Amino acid sequence: MSDTKLLPSNPEVVEEEVDILLIGGGMAACGAAYEIMRWAEGTGLKIKLVDKAAMDRSGAVAQGLSAINTYLGDQDPADYARMVANDLMGITRDDLVYDVGRHVDDSVQLFEEWGLPIWKQPGDEGKTLKEGGKPVRSGKWQIMINGESYKWIVAEAAKKALGTDNIQERVFIVKLINDKNDPSRVAGAIGFSVREAKVYVYKFKACLLVAGGAVNIFRPRSVGEGTGRAWYPVWNAGSTYAMAAEAGAEMTMMENRFVPARFKDGYGPVGAWFLLFKAKATNAFGEVYMDTNKEMLKDYPPYGLAAVPATCLRNHLMMKEMKEGRGPIYMDTPAAMAKLAENMTPKEVKHLEAEAWEDFLDMCIGQAGVWAGENIEPEKKPSELMPTEPYLLGSHSGCCGIWVSGPEDLGAPADWHWGYRSMTTIKGLFTAGDGVGASGHKFSSGSHTEGRIAAKAMLKFALDNKDWKPEFEASTQELVDEIWRPARTFLENKDYSTAVDVNPNYITPKMLQFRLQKIMDEYVAGVATWYQTNAKMLEIAEEKLGMLKEDAMKMRAKDLHELLRAWENYHRVLTAEAHMKHIQFRKESRYPGFYYRMDHNFIDEENWKCFVNSTYDRKTKTWNVFKRPHVDLVSKPTAGH
Amino acid sequence: MPSFVRTEKCDGCKGQDKTACMYICPHDLMRLDKDGNETGHAMKAYNQEPEQCWECYSCVKLCPQNAIEMRAYADIVPLGGVVQPLRGTDSIVWTVKFRNGVVKRFKFPIRTTPEGSIRPYDGKPKPDMSRLAQPGFFTMDGAPLKGDRSQLMQLK
Repeated sequence: MSDTKLLPSNPEVVEEEVDILLIGGGMAACGAAYEIMRWAEGTGLKIKLVDKAAMDRSGAVAQGLSAINTYLGDQDPADYARMVANDLMGITRDDLVYDVGRHVDDSVQLFEEWGLPIWKQPGDEGKTLKEGGKPVRSGKWQIMINGESYKWIVAEAAKKALGTDNIQERVFIVKLINDKNDPSRVAGAIGFSVREAKVYVYKFKACLLVAGGAVNIFRPRSVGEGTGRAWYPVWNAGSTYAMAAEAGAEMTMMENRFVPARFKDGYGPVGAWFLLFKAKATNAFGEVYMDTNKEMLKDYPPYGLAAVPATCLRNHLMMKEMKEGRGPIYMDTPAAMAKLAENMTPKEVKHLEAEAWEDFLDMCIGQAGVWAGENIEPEKKPSELMPTEPYLLGSHSGCCGIWVSGPEDLGAPADWHWGYRSMTTIKGLFTAGDGVGASGHKFSSGSHTEGRIAAKAMLKFALDNKDWKPEFEASTQELVDEIWRPARTFLENKDYSTAVDVNPNYITPKMLQFRLQKIMDEYVAGVATWYQTNAKMLEIAEEKLGMLKEDAMKMRAKDLHELLRAWENYHRVLTAEAHMKHIQFRKESRYPGFYYRMDHNFIDEENWKCFVNSTYDRKTKTWNVFKRPHVDLVSKPTAGH
Repeated sequence: MPSFVRTEKCDGCKGQDKTACMYICPHDLMRLDKDGNETGHAMKAYNQEPEQCWECYSCVKLCPQNAIEMRAYADIVPLGGVVQPLRGTDSIVWTVKFRNGVVKRFKFPIRTTPEGSIRPYDGKPKPDMSRLAQPGFFTMDGAPLKGDRSQLMQLK
């Protein structure tokens, strides 16, 4: 260890007051930046964006994407809301989903205008979507793109809209600060630079908390050097959920998770293979389990009976094969490509092969690396599929997150909106993208859209509160002490032992993360137990997580990089605890294939077709979990029909 | 599949305070070893936490010296495969070399406009502040939103 990296015991403190702070730099933040700066022209409001990374390549789209999964075209937002509800086993907020659906195409058309290549159907190649050009659809809602530079392009528009002076990169916000006079209001946020020993304290009237979902709270299937190769980006540390919960915001559906079935070891996308190339997944004996296990779908009406059964149920059918010893599961890529090639010229076949590779190279290059290393040419050799470790997110095929105020013109119950769209139950605290709960399937375009929707409401909030002055509930020094604790813990204890990583007075962020992952994996329905848990296992998890949360106060940071990891892992612990508490509360198995409460291994529509919501009390460090009624705003099939 | 930096190619971005890879890595992995104390290679970058690498290739694509490559994670993938891009202004070229020596090359478009050419608000309507609290974006200029409202069954 080099002494040049040692942190000082007292960091420099930078204090700044703005009207609106955007926390995060991903798709939702970029959407918000684009929309808000236009509306804010002439208002004199000061708006700033803070990102822990660099906007050009931050967030879930950093690597690129090969498709935009939400583009409605001629379809009705009501049908979109139906599809989302079915995929998420009936419990979603139609108001939020519908609102994204009726706005989202505008964002996609902007992406194309800014330079994102979007595939068109033959004959429409020169026509933009806006001009009526028909996109190549890989599914009912998905369109294909050449998306290597997707985030780069979207970030360019956002950065230009904001202006360089209003962007602070490489500052990691780790805590929201409530208002001194009104604890149900947010007044500021605190974080630190990962480049120099500086703590940043922001005061504001409103903020948009859009710092992604949660990855690596469960022990991943990858081991050793491969542990960073997660499906969702490894830098998504649950910061959105943890910071919101600590500020007192009501959370929703934190029991929900996503367990994607992906190409084994590389986590490569399967969507294009299933949807575009019409490949089939089989067991070891070539049997198509979606056909042979079809009867199992009838156990879960109406969600299993839709044209496309819910994602978790498709996992449920797959896992039956694996658990009964008929694995591994294969994606039969050679058969699919041979069938497609039947009526193609050699040139067209070559183009098809390139498309298959582009699916990986645009968004999951690591899978291409696995294929290259293992000599897998998809036209010759099938590839294994595997259900991954669980992920928590609100934008993809999952719906955990924060309870937010919805649109007022769609017939939602009166307590689903409270004045400012996208505001949480904490005044001034807004969210979008992975932050918004009970509204999954937004994906990249929907997250951008939701950021734009939130931006307008935030601007209105800031204008309505123009004369309001934020005051912190704690002193700046107290806050700085808390942020810098891991650095001081290290400095005060480092010479107690000769091996810097083994010391009874502190825990490294890495070991804390391993402990969290082991607890979650073994007791909270991770891969170790085939996603199964019960009340007793959850009770053990609760006790272990309680001690882990105490030990999180003893994390060390030997340098800025480790201080970043320490706070990320603190966010992971709180997010994991919320997940565990919600699973404990919901006495049914709502998402078979994602997790099973083996002591309640059924869906109970009568008692549990409701939202499970919670609040966290940061003083007592305890959760309050409760039900909220669910209402459909558009008609849907029911179990009896 | 962590990134690694080729010693002979990296020039530490010519002694600037931060390198291109440090600038771009979304997970704060790349580091410039100024004095060589960490790696034995002064003024060259390295991946300080390879087991946290997402293999997003952001550093590989941005490195001005093409000094960064990936080696698939050794604890899972057999040695010998190579997946290396060359990212231009409007397209990207990929070379995929298999362990058995098979080589495939692909070229994909990445952008239809010159980098840096976006003028976010040129030709866009001015927002009408009276519509701030209503659904719709400024770009839509008050046009009606998508959706057959008779589908909304709770509307009275």
